[in-house]
Amino acid sequence: MGHFATFADFLQMGKHGLYVWLSYGIAFGIFAYNIVSVALAKRQFFNKAKRQARREEIKS
Amino acid sequence: MKIKLPQWFYQLASPRWFYEFSGKLLPWFSIAAFILLMTGSVWGLAFAPEDYQQGNSFRIIYVHVPASILAQSCYMLMAIAGAIGLIWKIKMAHVVAKSCASFGASIAIMSLATGAIWGKPTWGAWWVWDARLTAMLVLFFLYVGVIALHSAFENTQSADKASAILSLVGLVNIPIIKYSVEWWNTLHQGATFKVTEKPAMPPEMWIPLLIMVLGFYCFFAVILMQRARIEVLQREKKAGWVQEIIKQN
Repeated sequence: MGHFATFADFLQMGKHGLYVWLSYGIAFGIFAYNIVSVALAKRQFFNKAKRQARREEIKS
Repeated sequence: MKIKLPQWFYQLASPRWFYEFSGKLLPWFSIAAFILLMTGSVWGLAFAPEDYQQGNSFRIIYVHVPASILAQSCYMLMAIAGAIGLIWKIKMAHVVAKSCASFGASIAIMSLATGAIWGKPTWGAWWVWDARLTAMLVLFFLYVGVIALHSAFENTQSADKASAILSLVGLVNIPIIKYSVEWWNTLHQGATFKVTEKPAMPPEMWIPLLIMVLGFYCFFAVILMQRARIEVLQREKKAGWVQEIIKQN
């Protein structure tokens, strides 16, 4: 496969496996954090807005 | 002096128009980001040749360089949007500026962390107080400062103004990052991409890097639009069209 002869070679990356996979792991983690935090913020906004709307309905 | 801005600019400045338009763009940017990031990572990790000096640790370039470029572009966008908001009093510009800050901070962390990890096998140290590394750390602190300053104000308008001014002052750091490798003796290697020259790497190394850079930008566009949309809804809560959207959700 590509540059590496075996899958084990690919995971090992010569003697740099730890460094390479740690970097990609951090990059992936930060991407995931952004996706999740945006989704949470969106849900939080709609939940709060709907609660507020219901409260106003009861009042009126 | 009054500069007349093009019409699309005023349309974009309307929160409602922005909300609708960005809603149409979002799926396309998401698909593009996914495809570019997948292609770039697989190519960079498994197919690009290894560096004759650095071996496989060089593959970190495919996350480190895009993150570093984007951390700076994101900052420039934040400062320019802040300036537009200050000068032309455009509310949407402040929304964009605010939405840039948290993404920028996260991507600056990515740049610093992947850089440290790359530094260990290459220079033998996780961190050195080198000009470029220090300037990048300052960039991260500027993002944190802008976020903290914005949240310190009760009043949104004052918060917007203060953060815009801080981000404009911090803009001075951007050329320092860019030229740090030329002005000072440094461990950090020179720029990978230059507008005026061909890259020093073979195409099978820099094409995946270019793909990753584009993918990072598309991902930034997705997160920025989503954050700005939420911010628009929050700020325009009382408007009829926002009430409609709340009812539908």
